[in-house]
Amino acid sequence: MTDIHIDTDVCIGAGQCALAAPGVFTQDDDGFSALLPGREGGGGDPMVREAARACPVGAIKVSESAG
Amino acid sequence: MTDTTDTTDTINTTDTTGATGPTDVRRGPAPVAFPQDRTCPYQPPAAYDSLRDSRPLARVTLYDGRVAWLVTGHEAARDLLADPRLSTDRTRPGYPATSPRFKALRDRRAALLNVDDPEHHVQRRLLVANFTLKRATALRPAIQRIVDERIDAMLAQGPPAELVNAFALPVPSTVICELLGVPYADHEFFEEQSRRLLRSRVPEEVRLARDRLDAYLGALIDRKLTEPSGDRVLDALVHEQVREGAVDREEAIALATILLVAGHETTANMISLGTYTLLRHPERLAELRAEPSRLPAAVEELMRLLSIADGLLRQATEDIEVAGTTIRAGEGVVFATSVINRDEGAYPAPDTLDWHRSARHHVAFGFGIHQCLGQNLARAELEIALGALLERLPGLRLAVPAEEVRWKPGDTVQGMLELPVTW
Repeated sequence: MTDIHIDTDVCIGAGQCALAAPGVFTQDDDGFSALLPGREGGGGDPMVREAARACPVGAIKVSESAG
Repeated sequence: MTDTTDTTDTINTTDTTGATGPTDVRRGPAPVAFPQDRTCPYQPPAAYDSLRDSRPLARVTLYDGRVAWLVTGHEAARDLLADPRLSTDRTRPGYPATSPRFKALRDRRAALLNVDDPEHHVQRRLLVANFTLKRATALRPAIQRIVDERIDAMLAQGPPAELVNAFALPVPSTVICELLGVPYADHEFFEEQSRRLLRSRVPEEVRLARDRLDAYLGALIDRKLTEPSGDRVLDALVHEQVREGAVDREEAIALATILLVAGHETTANMISLGTYTLLRHPERLAELRAEPSRLPAAVEELMRLLSIADGLLRQATEDIEVAGTTIRAGEGVVFATSVINRDEGAYPAPDTLDWHRSARHHVAFGFGIHQCLGQNLARAELEIALGALLERLPGLRLAVPAEEVRWKPGDTVQGMLELPVTW
């Protein structure tokens, strides 16, 4: 199981997460990063870590949890 | 101006700054001059080659004789561009300048670009919803229409055509006008002021261009205040922020200026230089024509390779340790994106135009809190503009020998001054 945490106070709405992993990330109406419904755990998408690395302000933290 | 006090970092005093060890870059060879003119418009200046041996940091001499740090390593650039100990406020004493133009503008901060957090965060949040990936995607049909109209006009009048004025500049200029709510009828005026702001080496002319743009956008904002709100970015800024007292008139003008100037100049340069680069790589060009689905990857690779905004400026506000070296508080830091984006550690065979690689994580749009606000729009414009040129002008080629085509000098955003083409 992958835990994805988005710090929306830090997010600047660059949209790089949604560009790198459009199957997991989107931007809400205000422009800030959000997870697509049902994709809170990343859905096994290998691009999740690339999305975190693409974030210019380090707002996305990805970790693996048991189970 | 405080330039007479900016002597702590001059070449004459660098030997006395107390270098601390054999790894200190301060004791290295004489600094390379930065910036320099490119000898080929899609390659960094040949004189920057030696900088590649000095990753992640080198020393460079700026045009005024001051010495600054040059960031050359990809990982260090990502770390430092995201480091809050580097300020982008050009009004700070000792802030580096790469041309007389930068120095002429140091009396005031540009919105967003020269604003540090937390103030920057507030400005960015005012605008971010207008520049999301979704908004850029929604704008694609409008961009396609604007691009097609320009190509229709070229086909009606040519061949040949001068691609900068017939296509590369009017496309992003029209797009940003429609997005912001600025009358395109005024484009000759604001394009000329932008050109002076970004290219003139005469300080009075640079400041005059800024004042004229301020006056023009101030009048536009005043007019919008008296009219019912439209649905454009400046309409919302005026009616939701200025009228409510959340943003004052001066700040609104500063925001409008940066959106208008950055919104057309940079993309115009990428279209002209991107087209030239493809025309100089005929095999790649043929491949892209045969496989237009590669366009997004090609655009990303072109942005990495061309790195048109080469020489982003910062100043350290505290001592910062980088790879065994200390950048001291007050020292200037310059990011050579053309060298950073060709770090062999991040991009194997970095000088080759190859969109089968992953060009991801390049810093052509910067990194950290100031990463380009309009990057999603820029990507959409470039994909549509280059895609349409290839599809609708299948015989596109230079109309003059390649060595006769002129490009911009090294102290500004890189791009073609003119691009005579035929088809």
